[in-house]
Amino acid sequence: MIRDVALVAGKDLRLEMRSRVGIGQVVPFALLVLLLFAFALDPERGVLDRVTSGLFWVVVLFCSVLFIQRSFGVEAEDGIIDALRLTGLSAPSIYIGKVAALVVELLALEVVLAVGVAIFYGTTFGGFPLLLTAAVAATLGIAGSGSVYGALSARLRTRDTLLPLLLLPLLAPVLIAATRAFEVGMGREAGQGWSWVALLGIFALVYLSLGALLFRPLMEDA
Amino acid sequence: MTTTTSRAASPVPAAPTGTGSRVTRILGIASLIGVAVLVLYGLRISKEDAQLGETIRILYMHVPTVSAAYLAFVITAVGSVMYLWKRSEFWDLLAASSAEIGVLFFALTILNGMLWGKITWGVFWRWEPRLTTTAVLFLTYLGYLAARAVPTSTRTRGTISAVIGIMAVVNIPIVHKAVDWWRGLHQEKTIFGTVDPDMKGTQLFTAYLGLTVFMLIFAWLLIHRFRVAWLAERANDVGLDAALAERRAEGTADGSANETADGSANETADSSANGPADGSANEPANESADESAGAGLGGAR
Amino acid sequence: MESVVHLRSAVAVLGRFPALAGVDLDVDHGEILLLRGPNGAGKTTMLRLCAGLTPLSSGEAVVLGVDLARQAHAVRRRVGLLGHATYLYDDLTVTENLDFWARASGATTADGRAALDRLGVAHRLWSLPVHALSAGQRRRVSFSAMVARRPELWLLDEPHAGLDAAGRDIIDGLMREASSVGATVLFASHELDRAGDVATRAVEIVGGTITAPVPPAGAPLAASVAP
Repeated sequence: MIRDVALVAGKDLRLEMRSRVGIGQVVPFALLVLLLFAFALDPERGVLDRVTSGLFWVVVLFCSVLFIQRSFGVEAEDGIIDALRLTGLSAPSIYIGKVAALVVELLALEVVLAVGVAIFYGTTFGGFPLLLTAAVAATLGIAGSGSVYGALSARLRTRDTLLPLLLLPLLAPVLIAATRAFEVGMGREAGQGWSWVALLGIFALVYLSLGALLFRPLMEDA
Repeated sequence: MTTTTSRAASPVPAAPTGTGSRVTRILGIASLIGVAVLVLYGLRISKEDAQLGETIRILYMHVPTVSAAYLAFVITAVGSVMYLWKRSEFWDLLAASSAEIGVLFFALTILNGMLWGKITWGVFWRWEPRLTTTAVLFLTYLGYLAARAVPTSTRTRGTISAVIGIMAVVNIPIVHKAVDWWRGLHQEKTIFGTVDPDMKGTQLFTAYLGLTVFMLIFAWLLIHRFRVAWLAERANDVGLDAALAERRAEGTADGSANETADGSANETADSSANGPADGSANEPANESADESAGAGLGGAR
Repeated sequence: MESVVHLRSAVAVLGRFPALAGVDLDVDHGEILLLRGPNGAGKTTMLRLCAGLTPLSSGEAVVLGVDLARQAHAVRRRVGLLGHATYLYDDLTVTENLDFWARASGATTADGRAALDRLGVAHRLWSLPVHALSAGQRRRVSFSAMVARRPELWLLDEPHAGLDAAGRDIIDGLMREASSVGATVLFASHELDRAGDVATRAVEIVGGTITAPVPPAGAPLAASVAP
């Protein structure tokens, strides 16, 4: 199964490298949103720095919707879903493979975004152990739950507007927890940063397991 | 698959003309009486609360609506799991009907929460845990309904809804926890109690009465809504039998004698596209949604 | 020996539309069966049913010994289906596609390359992304991906479409080869002359059912083609 997961993940990442949608479109979009927030909120009065964590994760969420749409949109064309069903690949293998590729893409985005935020908003990051763990856990949860909804909405005609509506409310706890963890990590807030990370971890665990189970019925019904 | 495709092309049995029955009539009357009694107790007989004043009266409605909503979503979750397991239409329709009513009750909950807030805090909204959680879950299940409304085959719709139903219900405790911790940091007093804190005598009675009445209303709504959905599916199936007959008729030159009596049953867009002899136009509008995109169904079928 | 494909009163409903309205068919090992019929008759659905992709609504369907009513998914990895889509990732190169699809189906990358050669896909095309190929070249690549899997049952929807004469010859050769090693071929086609040459038997589908009489095995082809 590991072999199959690697096969699918490798294919997704290769597709990304070839088509450059992530690098060419999503990352610029993320940086663009940072700019838009600067226009909307006065950069002089220190507001931007204070809301960094929240803005960071909101942008990550929006970009994850784009990544997921891309990841599953590609599979929805050219009869590829049928071809995938005819291979011997098990649904959980395909699921984990796609999740893995998404995690890589999202983590790369988060790094770029962090640099962007440091430059544009003058934010100083600290407390890296907490930040990194929180980011990884949050990303796993986003990719895990997002992949289920991505596969599901790719089958429908209104896929592009439906996916954010389905995914974003589900990710509300991730947004809350990740933002809080970042705030604690950067020393702006007192509190139990690791409790928030635990919540993120539980979310990721629950949805990765659920996703692996639910992926088969999703692939079955064409 | 639905069970009806195994029916022979015999005359369609007379369909029920409404969704009422003895059970719903009993429930309905009980609800009406219950509501009257509740209003009496809620607004008149029970006294104001020491802490909450007159606003406790909203609680008699608020707690029941939110409880009914949660019950509705649990039913949706159970229906979703059962549908994925048994693949029977009953569970799919039950889950969907329940979700609709749940969303309705959530809307009521938010409304009376806002009213309570206006009176107590002077503002319609505060980011306190209960309201916030309800808002998030409300949007979650709106998504469920939105997905259900997209035209697609019955089986696809059922599977998709079931997956969403399961994903959503699992999130409920997580959202609760996250929001409670989040708002808990700011020492927000959540004044929205549950039924128990310090309620005695008529207050307690009225609270439980409210709960009972709303459960009756919920049951009544659910049964009706389920039956409406079920009838809608049956109406579609009638078209199926006729379509089967027409389809077979394409093959025989004389147009076949298998006409079902009710020609108007061929209303559904797909069967109306089945012209005789000329087989080329048989791509019903909702056909394309039935195949996964690019399934290679292409032109010739 | 039991049939490779056994259908009795098979009904397949797509949405609300009965694409197959009761099909009876038996296909033996090594047969090359031609499905003829007008557009919309149900040929594609029939192929998809045999592939285990379209669910059986009622009736009996046993393909490669697998009961499609209960375990349709078990037949999938043993068949090869080629419809009108390309089944390829446009942004990946030919070899990247073949490597992926071959390995996903349990074959090796060598099998994939060999298939490309068999289908006459020029080596200079191998490192090009699929979207840069012509339709005919893409068709050959799609075919290669199927051939690399070595399926026991070939399900082809208009295999000759979009190919030049050389390509068509290759396809015919492949079908005969498959038949000679015991695989079975079902293909739908409108090109009756060429199809008639390679097919061992033909049936006619109209209105979701098979209308032409199915002759006993061994009868000459001409007798089975309905007027």
